[in-house]
Amino acid sequence: MNENIPIALEARNITKRFPGVVANDQVDFTLKKGEIHGLLGENGAGKSTLMNVIYGLYTADEGEVLINGEKVEINNPHDAIDHGIGMVHQHFMLVPVFSVTENIILGSEVTRGTTLDLNKARQDISRLSEGYGLKVDPRSIIEEIPVGVQQRVEILKALYRDANILVLDEPTAVLTPQEADDLFRIMRELTEKGVSIVFITHKLREVMDIADRITVMRRGAVVGTTTPQETDKQGLAEMMVGREVILEVEKGPASPGEPVLNVTNLSVNDDRGIRVVYNVSFEVRKGEILGIAGVQGNGQTQIAEALTGLRNAASGEFSINGKKMPSGSPRRLIESGLSHIPEDRHRHGLVMSYAVADNMVLCTYYESPFARGLRRNHQAVLENAKKLIHDFDVRTPGPLVNTGKLSGGNQQKVIVARELSRPVQLLIANQPTRGLDVGSIEYIHNRIIEERDKGAAVLLISAELDEIMSLADRIAVIYQGEIVSIHQTDQITKAELGLLMAGSKL
Amino acid sequence: MDRSISWKRFFRQWGAFIILGGGVVLGILYFYLQNPIITEAVLASAVRQATPLVLGAMCGLMGERAGIINIGIEGQMLLSAFVGYLVNAWTGNLLVAVFVGVATGAVLGLLLAFMSVTLKVDQIIGGTVINIIAVGLTGYFYQAGLTTKGKLAPIALGKLAELPIIGRALFNNPPITYAAIILVFVLHYVLFYTKWGLRTRAVGEHPRAADTVGVNVYRVRYINVILGGAIAGLAGVFLTLEAVGSFERLMTNGRGFVALAVMIFGKWSPLGSWGAALLFGMTSAIQTQIQFAGVLDIPHQFIGMLPYLLTIVVLAGVVGRSRPPAADGIPYEKE
Ligand SMILES: Nc1ncnc2c1ncn2[C@@H]1O[C@H](COP(=O)(O)OP(=O)(O)O)[C@@H](O)[C@H]1O
Ligand SMILES: [Mg+2]
Repeated sequence: MNENIPIALEARNITKRFPGVVANDQVDFTLKKGEIHGLLGENGAGKSTLMNVIYGLYTADEGEVLINGEKVEINNPHDAIDHGIGMVHQHFMLVPVFSVTENIILGSEVTRGTTLDLNKARQDISRLSEGYGLKVDPRSIIEEIPVGVQQRVEILKALYRDANILVLDEPTAVLTPQEADDLFRIMRELTEKGVSIVFITHKLREVMDIADRITVMRRGAVVGTTTPQETDKQGLAEMMVGREVILEVEKGPASPGEPVLNVTNLSVNDDRGIRVVYNVSFEVRKGEILGIAGVQGNGQTQIAEALTGLRNAASGEFSINGKKMPSGSPRRLIESGLSHIPEDRHRHGLVMSYAVADNMVLCTYYESPFARGLRRNHQAVLENAKKLIHDFDVRTPGPLVNTGKLSGGNQQKVIVARELSRPVQLLIANQPTRGLDVGSIEYIHNRIIEERDKGAAVLLISAELDEIMSLADRIAVIYQGEIVSIHQTDQITKAELGLLMAGSKL
Repeated sequence: MDRSISWKRFFRQWGAFIILGGGVVLGILYFYLQNPIITEAVLASAVRQATPLVLGAMCGLMGERAGIINIGIEGQMLLSAFVGYLVNAWTGNLLVAVFVGVATGAVLGLLLAFMSVTLKVDQIIGGTVINIIAVGLTGYFYQAGLTTKGKLAPIALGKLAELPIIGRALFNNPPITYAAIILVFVLHYVLFYTKWGLRTRAVGEHPRAADTVGVNVYRVRYINVILGGAIAGLAGVFLTLEAVGSFERLMTNGRGFVALAVMIFGKWSPLGSWGAALLFGMTSAIQTQIQFAGVLDIPHQFIGMLPYLLTIVVLAGVVGRSRPPAADGIPYEKE
């Protein structure tokens, strides 16, 4: 990139503290006109915080923001919008029951007299969406359209407000590889029309593919700014983590044995009573990892919940080691040899207000040695915790500290420690590394493979294709609640998986 | 509301309602042919009985559409009824009394907004506080024997009032009953066809989304809850200054809670709530008729239960599923 390109946005010396963390520590960041600037960092590095400060959602403790070289006061999103900043948030900011049009005009409504002029708004939106190649139907209701389209609505929302600086916060997290490619095409088109883009991600490949420049953040601070030409994935990973990392998981071939988990014609409904899993059948054998690949929200959550007793199956059945399991009884399942790393560690994995030691006996507290009759054996609970903290390298000030005080990675390790300290016959791991730093991811991956090699059957559910590809021995693809097909990992490519996940046939 | 709602979606939401309404209309026609005088009397009574219910429901839905649950409607109605009545007894002026009563409701709305928006108190507790305040104050300052100086009287709207079936019910009413009917349409328009309504609904469904496009969530919530309180105040003065002409302890008699059932039955929409309120009003009116006529030989207490039974049936979700605004009852934290 040419040095003389004017700067669209500059953040100087931004510091933002939250209770207990410095989320941004004297951060400097510049965005040149018309560039795609990748902002890379692990979860919790402070990327979203920086952008929320620039967008006026958070008030910085120190620092200033300049637009086109001039210092500006941004106290709320309204100010940011007035300065031409648009932001697509990590979690979409769309009202699910509103139409596309209603969502786009909210806050910048067009009226005739006192009445909303939805017709005019729809025309404006259609014109805009044709102009930028962002296909949407202005009349459809948000909750009825796919996430890829919802994302276009979010981008249109910014363009409708004449944004020329666009912040995309982890936009690819919810997309299939093909949808992501489509997004990259749109981003290129936008920059050609003069929009400058901040593209936040923690995926190395994506910044290498699309960014003009890359800024890396770690623990609230900027590590450096570089370009794809000057660096490679390995280099970026080291900047992100601060040490050398092994990007590839090392694992030997599987030696599958008897089936442990047998699922036959399982159908499951969601909370609203709507069928989201249709007649799913598969088996997981001793000593193998079966991965379930699919875009978030295609029924994976409900399958996992049904198989771990958190939700009743609507029909169908499953068995562990040939014994038919009752619906909705987590304890029976656990006693049959199930270990479960749940998708949402806050809701299903841990009691945040309990001590680490108590969380570590959450499935076994009623058994000897942790209970003696009706009484609890505090000493045994504590001993157990000390041992697990050591074995699983949980970074905590002590076993009696509230689990909520730990970082996400260490909370996850508490769960892993609890679940793997019992004899494991079947391990169901749902998004086991979501939101974790590279170091913890490495650790948890190795542990899962270790369990496999010790003879456990592992069911791995993940929205990260890379994770599935590197861990699973076989891969089942789920799309709209049905298992589309099951493949040996070495007989399918990532691109093919992407297509299957998007509902196309090979 | 975006006119794009397809017929299918519309019917899924309102189908049960429309069929029920159709049945009721046919029933009315049938009874009208049997006995026009009693039918017209029942209808007129239904409309008046519905007035405090639909006003209360509109108070509730203004709050809930913006994400604030208001279970203090009962208390807002009760205290407004009392204050309006006292002001009238002292000043002899009906208009001033109505105005002060409405203002009382608004002040209680402000209190609720302060507790739930600013202090982020649990909204059920906030509403309960208001109910307790109202019962306490009205009980403590209650004076037996006072009556209002005059009552708001019916105004017949010329020839319209002579229309068969609906004439007496809709066009020969006292002012607050008219006001309630007008408010139903005004609020429906505001909620679904104006900028303010769009923002209110957004704040009730997804406040952060509204915040990110520059909508001031706290302000929208405050204003809706305060205006809702004013409407509950109107329901209160309806009781003392238009319906009864005096005040009795606990005279709201659960109407504030029935209003919540009406709101849910009406799927958080003013027009729907009006329909639901009329149905509730009708059960009350029929209940009174049955008692007068003495046709059924059962204790009158049982007949008096009719409206409350209907409430339970509605809340048990028999009449179609309704979905409250997604952020209903959840305080909004900015950071
Ligand atoms: N609203 C908040 N309150 C408290 N802590 C927060 C808040 N938002 C972010 N943090 C903390 O700030 C740090 C940076 O978070 P974030 O900016 O979301 O990271 P990233 O987007 O890079 O994953 C994390 O430790 C996170 O827990
Ligand atoms: Mg983030």
